[in-house]
Amino acid sequence: MSILLSVQGVTKSFGGLQALSKVTFDLPEGQILGLIGPNGAGKTTLFNVVNGVYPPDEGRVIFRDQDVTDAKTYQHAKMGMARTHQIVQPLNELTVRENVEVGACFGRENQNLRHAAEIAEEVLEFLGLHNRIDQLAGSLNVAQKKRLEMARALAARPYLLLLDEVLAGLNPSEIANMVETVRKICEQGITIIMIEHVMHAVMNVSDRIIVLDYGEQIAEGTPAEIAVNEKVIEAYLGDPKLAQRLMEQDNK
Amino acid sequence: MKNLRIHLGLLAPLLVVTAMILWPIITGNVSSREIVFTILKAIALASSLNILLGYTGYVSFGHIVFYGFGGYVGLYFVNEQGWSIWLGMLVGGIAAGMLAFLLGKAILRLRGAYFALATIGINEAMKAFINNFELFGGPIGMTINFSVYRDYGGAAQALSMSFYIMAVLTFTALIASHLVRLSKFGLGLQAIRENEDAAEVMGVVAPNAKTWAYVLSAIIPGMVGVLFFFKNGNVEPHVAFPLHSSIELLVMVMLGGQGTVLGPVLGALAYQGMRGYLVTSNFFKDIQLSVSGVLLLLIVLFIPAGAIGWLRHRVPVLRRVLA
Repeated sequence: MSILLSVQGVTKSFGGLQALSKVTFDLPEGQILGLIGPNGAGKTTLFNVVNGVYPPDEGRVIFRDQDVTDAKTYQHAKMGMARTHQIVQPLNELTVRENVEVGACFGRENQNLRHAAEIAEEVLEFLGLHNRIDQLAGSLNVAQKKRLEMARALAARPYLLLLDEVLAGLNPSEIANMVETVRKICEQGITIIMIEHVMHAVMNVSDRIIVLDYGEQIAEGTPAEIAVNEKVIEAYLGDPKLAQRLMEQDNK
Repeated sequence: MKNLRIHLGLLAPLLVVTAMILWPIITGNVSSREIVFTILKAIALASSLNILLGYTGYVSFGHIVFYGFGGYVGLYFVNEQGWSIWLGMLVGGIAAGMLAFLLGKAILRLRGAYFALATIGINEAMKAFINNFELFGGPIGMTINFSVYRDYGGAAQALSMSFYIMAVLTFTALIASHLVRLSKFGLGLQAIRENEDAAEVMGVVAPNAKTWAYVLSAIIPGMVGVLFFFKNGNVEPHVAFPLHSSIELLVMVMLGGQGTVLGPVLGALAYQGMRGYLVTSNFFKDIQLSVSGVLLLLIVLFIPAGAIGWLRHRVPVLRRVLA
């Protein structure tokens, strides 16, 4: 299995705040990597560095064998990296269809408008937003906006998809739906990194998990390993039994 | 059939402009021809500004700089080098486009209010430069040698011809505006308008797209400038770079509805109509600009999307027709 993304010793600080320190991992193609950690652990900062929103102070980001550390976000997009935002960023005055067309037109495949329209239909059908296709994006509710973010990202046909808390604020049945969607996306061969606070979901869907705490990478492993890792339990879950219970609950 | 429906949005603007052009032709009235010329000029300028303001969401307070600069360059070649008006307009348009390209590279990295401020500075800087540029006549400007008109059958013929050229320029501006709106390029611009960061994350190369939008919005004003000064017979720095005209253009675009093809047309028509009334009324003639100031304030406060935007919002059926 080839390595799609390699993050090497990435360090980033904002003034006196050490947001990331020496984060290092390799992500093989086709996997789902869960990125967890308490609030303020540096998860979104890591996404921003990987996606080129800002460059790291130290370290490199290698994507598909190319150094993209100092590349702009649009260069990442053209190379096949797509993301969703934790705080949704819909293009409010454009329709749902146009939002998704932007993703298809300017993403990796650089589609023309006609093909982009077809891709938009297909992707919106897949994400269950098809009945909203001609609505303005600003008129959607939060759950729909999160789906729209995913639709835009998918329309670019990326190799790597960065999902930033797509489950936050969703109700249990919406979560179950979304987890299913994420699985399907992975089955299409798209590699995924997902930041998530909904533990049972991320434990369920991830092949591997990385735990950040105060910018430090405190653990890495399979969900089962992470669930019993003492450092993680201490830093994140607090109650050592909680993870166990959650695992059992989901295996029922 | 589908293709026709896509272009339906262009129908209303074309009809409005065609009707206006036909009016003086049918009545044969020279003074109404001059009125329509002024309105067409406003429509062409406002529609061009709309590409930057309406589609891309960047407020340019100094857009008239392209009209003045392009006009100066074109008129210089027509008057001093004996080029035809056609070549002069071409050169004026290219000069304005190149100026926009260089400026875009320099100031389009600024966003929001900072960009708007920079555009004001550029207009004033250009005015000061031309004021001291002897080749273009410095503060006195240039006056057309009457022999220039001889090639077009005399001054009266040249004036009448200018009207038709203006009509063609106006149609060109409308069609350009419409095509940009429907294109992938235009989709990228609108994405930038809505959220530049998100657009970049999706792969829109914002620096390039913005620069080309700026260039595109500058070319027709440059050509209009050449034509207007040619018709006017002379050009001076304060006539070529009036800051208040830039602001009037903003009012026109925002009154009609930015980001639509029809909006700037109606905005320019309504504004010029109002202006015509104000400058001839005893009470308003000296304070007509303050009326546009108040108007801008009211638009921003109550109908920020402009008349067309408001209508589209209220009556969704119209969305297909009012583009």
